[in-house]
Parts: sequence; C-alpha cells; structure tokens
Amino acid sequence: MTARVLLLVLAAGVLPAQVTFNRILNANQEPQNWLTYSGTVLSQRHSMLTQITPDNVKNLELQWAFQARSLEKFEATPLVVDGIMYTVQAPNDVIALEAATGRVFWTYSYTPSTDARPCCGRVNRGVAVLGDRLYMATIDAHLIALDAKNGRPIWNVQVAKAAAGYAMTHAPLVIKDKVIVGTAGGEYGIRGFIAAYDARTGKELWRFYTIPGPGEPGHETWSGDSWMHGGASVWMTGSYDSDLNLTYWGIGNPGPDWNGDPRPGDNLYSNSVVALDADTGKLKWYFQFSPHDEFDYDSVQVPVLVDMTFQGRPRKVMLWANRNGYFYVLDRTSGQFLLGKPFVKVTWATGLDERGRPMRAPKMVPNAEGTLIFPGNQGGTNWYSPSYSPHTGLFYIPSWVNYSSTYFKLKPEFSEGQRYGGGMPKSTIGGMGGGRRTLNTKEEEGYGAVRALDPQSGDLKWEFKMVDVTDAGILTTASDVLFSGGREGYFFALDARNGTLLWKARVGGPVASGPMSYSINGQQYVAVSAGNSLFSFALRQ
Amino acid sequence: MSDLRFCILLLAASPLLAQQHYSAADIENGSRLYRANCFICHGPDGNYVTGVDLGHNKFRRASTDADLIHIILTGIPGTAMPPHKFSEYQAATVVAYLRSMAASAQSTAGSGDPTRGKALFDGKGGCTGCHRILGNGSRLGPDLSEIGSLRRAADLEISILDPNEEILPENRFVRVVTKDGAELTGRLLNEDMLSVQILDAKERLLSFSRSDLREFSFVDRSPMPSYRGKLSSQEVSDLVSYLISLKGVDKP
Repeated sequence: MTARVLLLVLAAGVLPAQVTFNRILNANQEPQNWLTYSGTVLSQRHSMLTQITPDNVKNLELQWAFQARSLEKFEATPLVVDGIMYTVQAPNDVIALEAATGRVFWTYSYTPSTDARPCCGRVNRGVAVLGDRLYMATIDAHLIALDAKNGRPIWNVQVAKAAAGYAMTHAPLVIKDKVIVGTAGGEYGIRGFIAAYDARTGKELWRFYTIPGPGEPGHETWSGDSWMHGGASVWMTGSYDSDLNLTYWGIGNPGPDWNGDPRPGDNLYSNSVVALDADTGKLKWYFQFSPHDEFDYDSVQVPVLVDMTFQGRPRKVMLWANRNGYFYVLDRTSGQFLLGKPFVKVTWATGLDERGRPMRAPKMVPNAEGTLIFPGNQGGTNWYSPSYSPHTGLFYIPSWVNYSSTYFKLKPEFSEGQRYGGGMPKSTIGGMGGGRRTLNTKEEEGYGAVRALDPQSGDLKWEFKMVDVTDAGILTTASDVLFSGGREGYFFALDARNGTLLWKARVGGPVASGPMSYSINGQQYVAVSAGNSLFSFALRQ
Repeated sequence: MSDLRFCILLLAASPLLAQQHYSAADIENGSRLYRANCFICHGPDGNYVTGVDLGHNKFRRASTDADLIHIILTGIPGTAMPPHKFSEYQAATVVAYLRSMAASAQSTAGSGDPTRGKALFDGKGGCTGCHRILGNGSRLGPDLSEIGSLRRAADLEISILDPNEEILPENRFVRVVTKDGAELTGRLLNEDMLSVQILDAKERLLSFSRSDLREFSFVDRSPMPSYRGKLSSQEVSDLVSYLISLKGVDKP
C-alpha cells in the first residue's frame, strides 16, 4: 500500500471531519448525522433516511439502551456526528456514546450551583456542536464549551444569575461562529433575553432583551417597573433562515403568570415569535400570539420553517401550533399573519382578527372563584417538537385535546429569585411534573393525540388518539414513517399519510423528548429518550 | 421568638413533641410559600408526584417535621426536587401548611360509637362484601384501611348516603364485553391506548387487549347502594366514627 492510499483512507474514515457551520446548514445532505436539536436549522424534525418504511417498520427491534443515573425527566434529543452520539443526563452531564452500540466513551459531569431553580424540572434538552466542540446550557444559567473528543471543558461563562431565578434548559443554536441561547425563569420575575456568544472564546457578542427597556419600542406595553420582572423567558431552541440571515425564537409567558394586574398592556415580546438579525441580534419583526396573557401560554414552541406554495404563490413560511390552542402560518420574511385556526378546543378567545390578534372572550380570566378555560395550563401543545414532512405536506402536532384548567387568581408578590405567579391553575390532568396519574381519566376530560394538519387550511387530516396525554415530540421520515410516544410509555410508529399504527415498543416510562434518526454503515437507527433511559432501535438484520 | 422557632429548637431533641404546634399565621405564611414554590410540581392538593401525597402526610423519604424541613432546604439529589433558598423558619411554615392540609382532611370523629360502627360494618351493613380493612373483606371496592387519614367525616357520610355524589377517578368501574361475548364489570386499575387492566368481581387481576373487546364503557353510577333509609342516623354516625378511626398500619 502506498503512502497516498494511506492518506486517502485517513481522509475518508479515520480522521473525522470538523463540523463546520456549512455542514450544519446543509445537514439534510448528510442524513446519517443529526447535527442540531431539531435535525436542521429549519427545525422540521424530518429525517431524509428511508431504510425504515411503513412496510418494514414492524421489524424494528431494540439495539441498545442507555440507563441514565438520574431520576429526572429525560428530555434530551441526542446529536449524532459521524458515529458518535452526544446526549445530556439530567441535569447537566454530557455523555458521548458509540451510536451503534451505546458504549460510553466519556462523561462530563457538571454540578450546577445550588442556586439553580428551574421551574419545572432539573432538565436539559441537549447540546449543540460546532467544529470539534460541544455546547451545553445549564440549569444554573451557564454556557459551557467542551472538547467533543474527551469532554474536557474549554470555557464556562455565566449567562445570567441563577439566584435571581434564571436557568437554561434548551439546546443552544449555533449560527456561523456564534452560539445562541436564551434564559428561562418566567415564573421567577426575570427579564428574559437571548444572547450570542463567540463559539471560540465564550465572549458575549450581542444580547436581545425579550422585554424592551425604557426608550425602546414596545416598552409602553408594560406599566411602571413591571418590565423589570415581566418574565418573557426563552426555553426552547430557535431556528435559522440563512437566505434572510434571521434567527427565530419563541418567547415565554409574561410574569406574574396568572395575574395580569401588575402589568397592564400587551406585554411585548412575551408570547411572541421574534425574528432577529443573526449577526447583530437586532429585531427585524415580531408577531405576538397571546397579548397580555394570563394563562401561562408560553410561545416557546420550536419555529418550523418551510418553503412552500401557500395560497397560490411560493412563500417562506413558518408553521406554529401554539400552546394557546391556535395553529398559525406566518410569512417569515415579514412576520405577516397568513392563517390562524384552533387545532384544539379554545374558549379564552372567540377568534383571531385579520391581523391574527386574538379576540378575548368576555369574563374568561382567572379570578378568586376559578374560571374554567380551554386549553388548560399546559396548553393545546407545549414545548414538544412538532414535525413537518415535505413528503406528505402535513404538519404534525403533539396535542392535548379537550383539555382544560380552572384558573384561580392570587395576589402576586415580587421578591428576587422567588416564584412570581399570582395564581394557581387546577386540572384533572397533571402538569409539567407529569407525575399525577391521568389514569382513569375519561376521554371527555382530555386526552393526548398526534394531530396531522394541512398547513394550507389548518384542517385536521387525521388524529391518532392516546388515553393519556403526551409530552413527546414527533419525528417524520422521507419514507412516510412518523415516530412519537406519550405518557403511557409507548414509543410508536405511525403511517405519516394516515395515522395508522404500524409498530410500538413498550419503553416502560413516559416519552418526554423528541425522537431522532441516524445511520451507521448503512443501518438506520431511531433513538428516543423515555423514562430515565435512552433507546436506539433498528431493523432486525 | 415565635412559637414556631421554639418548636424548631425542640425538633432536634424530640421531633414528635414539636409537631402540631403551629399558629394560624405560620400556616398562612406556609400556604403562600407553597402556592408560590411547590404547586407546579406537587399540584394544588399536593398529590401530583407519584408516591407522594403532601396533603395526607404521605411522603417517600420523610416522616418527621425535621426530615421535611431538611428536604425542603437541601432538595433530593438526582430527582426533580430542588434545594430551596428558604430560611429554616420559612421551611417550617411550609411544613406547618402541609400538616394543616392533612389535619383538615381528617377532621373530627363525630358523635358516633366506633365499636358499634365496626359491628355494623362487619355485619348488618354488609360493607365487607366490597370493602377491605386491614386484610379483611373484599378488594373490589376502595380499601378503607386508612380512610380516616384520607377523608373527612362529612365526606364519608355523603358517600354512605349518596354514593353517586362523588366517585373518585381511581374508584371508577368499567364494563367490558369480550369478543366472545363474556361480560365483566370491575374496578379500572390502568389503561392505555391498546390495553385495559381491571380487578373483576372475583378479585382477578385481568388485562385485556382493546382489540379483543367488543365493548368498553365506564359505569356511571357507583356500584355502592345508598344506605339512606336503611341505617338510622345514629347508625350512620357510628359507622362514620368507625371509619374515621381507621388510620392504616402503624409504620415501624
């Protein structure tokens, strides 16, 4: 063998290529890998792999499982880079595994400060990759860069003060040479923001406050000093359109959550999507789904970007099933409202006006006696990743159908780092914790479903019903297989065209994560975190 | 120094002695902290986390007030329970509130005679045909071994006189008809999109695939008969007094 052949071999397989941003931008061209939280920066959670089909999916079998040393919810979607999988064991341990076998290469164990107080679980939803580095946002609001080869920390910066109620739970988003994150803490009276860090050094490059300060447009939608602790958190990964150089992020609820009295006005940019210039963080446009919210309808859902012919002409759109019960189509170049329609039962609003603003239903507000409102506090959907399949043209939503809460209003008292809620929603179905049995809940009391919508009209095309509700994301593939799960503890495959159940596995604990797919040596795998473990399936050989 | 602080000092020496001495203000303060910090995970009534029922003194890892204060302050590593930046006093007010929830769930024993109540339960009332207490009786209806810790006297009286007034979701009965025509009624234990688990009238644990069932429906009315007109008001009081006295098995 000549030296030249040896070099070629090295280039092809032995020396792993760096994950350049160009690779991330074109992640669909290497579907054997899963390079961002939602698969690509367009966030369709759609795999181009086609080995698993509606005909053979019944032959899926477990290849390996990884049991986390954590009793927390396992919400992470792993990344796969050239045969290596990276995931996060709650709260903040990064783990590198061999994606074909589940064997662990290394573990980076991070102990968050005892100041950390994420509202709804000490969880993490995954890492980001760029070059030969991984990036993790922690529950004590630090951003950490790791060496992907050995898990050694390279830099660690404090993004915000955990003692003041700031936390981070989502996977960062890499754009060019920047790592972008936002801060959770909407139940603690924080002032939310999105910030970009130099991937090389950890230096903060820009910051966008999700609540405008004095003198900035939108500041007038708050009164007094309510803007200083109005929440508007960020806790799910955004998306990116490279043609427009815009990054899109969903913003959480205003605080206090269930009592709007201290904050008269629309409370921008709470419960909005913001479009920011990726280089500068400057606001290009925004669209507010739920002005002056009192129902905890965070609009943190993953923005799903689609190029499609819409209402007769090619358009860059954004598909959005909101926690408030409405499905929206927006033009993502301008933020123009194109379509809005309830995808579950809604009683807090009577409809949307021509600009997409909700028309509030009279008397539908939290009060001392309690007001029954649909959808309930966890929403028609929540943070669970939806999916869009360019192959079927359908948009798939993890849905809570016929679900309501009775909203009680209480007096809010602000104190830094303490809960700032101002109310208490009650429901027969458990909340974020998910621990409460929904066992024996009748269908009319609410149920979980995968709902498939036609984005052209918002019409329901099909529904796959569960008994219990679901916190599981959805993955679709180019071969028309849809993967999801729910609190019942099934991980299942549906026919993406019609919702027929094709295969299921009993994973023994609730699926509270988004599934993903990858391949190694021509073998397609589907992986999902459920209960306290991570499972990887492939076709029987 | 408030009474409560004094209690905390006592806790170290004799935790049991210190319980129950909470003032209304302590409970009110604890209630505020609970609503602000605890209810998203634990729920308004303290029962959202599996195996934990804060409103009924049911904890996984604690029994004394000192245990509870420790857990509130330090959290439980590896679980969703975080440490809290409370003062020890604040943590104690949360415990005061939890204990008050449990106490109000119990209430007073009423005016009846529990001994006569037990005789009614085991005899004329025919209660053991469906209910079980500390190992005696049927498993079909709710086990009442610790009902005195879980329900108030007024609720129990309503359940005896008007069983349909409130049927807790965990006590719902279902009727299933299998494809081969067998009809069964039982207590629903679990269900999902593909299967149903019940305890039938013969106390069998049965699991059905939904695809093997021709019918599945909830039984809307309680299988329990009303005792209105069948028991005198004194007998109802006796029965309630007996039930209220049932606090489960003493923990070692």
